[in-house]
Amino acid sequence: MKRWIAFWNIMLKDMRAYYLKPPNISWGLIFPIAWTGMFFIRTGGSLDSILTLLPGVIAISILFGTTSLLAVTITFEKKNHSFERLLLAPIPLELLMLAKTSGAILFGVVNAFVPIILASFLTDISQVIWSIMLPAIVLVAFVSTFLGLFIAVSVSEVFEAQTFSNFFRFPMIFLCGLFFPISALPVFLRPLSYLLPLTYGVDILQGAILGQRIFPIGLDFSILVGFCIVLFYVSLRNIHRKWII
Amino acid sequence: MEIQEPIISPAHDDYPLIEVSELTKRFGDVTAVDNISFAVLQGELFGFLGPNGAGKTTTISILTGLARPDSGAIKISGLECTKNPKAAQNLLGVVPDDSNLYPELSGFDNLCFCASLYGMPKHERQTRANELLETFGLTEAANRKFAGYSKGMKRKLTIAAGIIHKPPILFMDEPTTGIDVSSARQIRQLIAELHRAGTTIFLTTHYIEEAERLCERIAFIVKGRVVKIDTVANLLQPIQERKVMLISISNSSANDLYIKLATAFPRYEFQTISAEQFRVESVGTISIGPLVRFLENQGAEVTEARRIRPSLEEVFVQVTGIEVGLLRKEKEKGGGG
Repeated sequence: MKRWIAFWNIMLKDMRAYYLKPPNISWGLIFPIAWTGMFFIRTGGSLDSILTLLPGVIAISILFGTTSLLAVTITFEKKNHSFERLLLAPIPLELLMLAKTSGAILFGVVNAFVPIILASFLTDISQVIWSIMLPAIVLVAFVSTFLGLFIAVSVSEVFEAQTFSNFFRFPMIFLCGLFFPISALPVFLRPLSYLLPLTYGVDILQGAILGQRIFPIGLDFSILVGFCIVLFYVSLRNIHRKWII
Repeated sequence: MEIQEPIISPAHDDYPLIEVSELTKRFGDVTAVDNISFAVLQGELFGFLGPNGAGKTTTISILTGLARPDSGAIKISGLECTKNPKAAQNLLGVVPDDSNLYPELSGFDNLCFCASLYGMPKHERQTRANELLETFGLTEAANRKFAGYSKGMKRKLTIAAGIIHKPPILFMDEPTTGIDVSSARQIRQLIAELHRAGTTIFLTTHYIEEAERLCERIAFIVKGRVVKIDTVANLLQPIQERKVMLISISNSSANDLYIKLATAFPRYEFQTISAEQFRVESVGTISIGPLVRFLENQGAEVTEARRIRPSLEEVFVQVTGIEVGLLRKEKEKGGGG
């Protein structure tokens, strides 16, 4: 019970101190609208084409929302030593880091619904398979957050966290099939796509929204879960190795 | 730094709450903590005294689980903590040398958040936070952001956060460094009160007077090694019988008079402090009359002669070989203390 009091309060504190700040809320709103608008204008399509953009916009909203905030907040707390206060608490490191990432995961899930709600006003989304869509959104939020955690524990300065985040995020926009199909990429780039977790998240989302998938759904989910486990435990190992010196 | 609080010495039993044996920590080629062993008894206020870079903070980091030792063993309250530092973390309160609370949270929210990390229920942590804010004179600043606090207020709130869960063991790393004299005095009084209330306190400091006034036992740590551990009374005992005087002169140089004085008064030990001041030390009584007459015959005018109470500073210098000036410089760098 005591550990869950700690877990809940770490999450609440992060939500209040970082995620629910007006600049972040407006970022969560503006970002998906900007991406949708950009591709909508670029493709010159009808309102129906919004549906084809939706999987990519959902994925990118989650990815950018979670990674940037988590990587920056953890690096910031490490830098001003307030993270040490958490390490001194009688909570297992695994639970502590789950608490620390839970705020970002929630933020990512909420971010995902911004483009969905917008799309619902502009086009018919009745064909969306929610039973696949919802777990996919949660899983993409987990994997993106853990990627942010991995970035946070790999750097020591806040500006490095931003730069390092972009090192992963921008290639993902083009390599993970968000807006261009992987089949349209040059052959030599395709293996890179298969090494990135978002490829599998977008594949599930496209299946749930458009009914088109590259991989079997079970494989997509398994690979995403695998990425989550690997990223989380590599991050924990890095904390042990680099922060508890 | 003038300290006027009373020396406290509550009774405690002989149960070792913290046991450290042959602890070593290296950072690359630098050995920060070098094979140290000591025990802190239940209810004791134990001082860790040494200059900056001696290994005090590293020792605290290892004992509280923020760093891993390369070798050695740690037991806290009988629990083996060397491999599993989490085992005893619910018993520990930590006040680091840098205030590490959340700048974007208010004083009250910071305390409540810290209490929640130890699983305290909401009502209990709010009551305790208000109680501590009052104790530390921070009630009026309770709803202000921590970022806007003064250095002294920050330090007080950091101490309050360290004791919010009423830990039986409290680690305090340089609690009065870099803050104004009045805040430092208040903090020392709070430390004394916590000790009186039965908290076992592990205090690191480079202020010799602070350690002498507050602590029951002191370990001198230099370059990662514990060079002496004993009660303050035992540490002071060898120098208590020595008489020390400080004599200030004008119209002549103490350096020029040094050899003449040493020849004329072989029972005394002389030490030149500056061109205008020297120190006289003796196992027996120092007769001031003959000394003053001798100096006046040499053309010097004695402007001041005062007896100095032998302090822990003398013992520290004797044991560690570290010049007091070095610690004083650190004190000045540190601030008001």
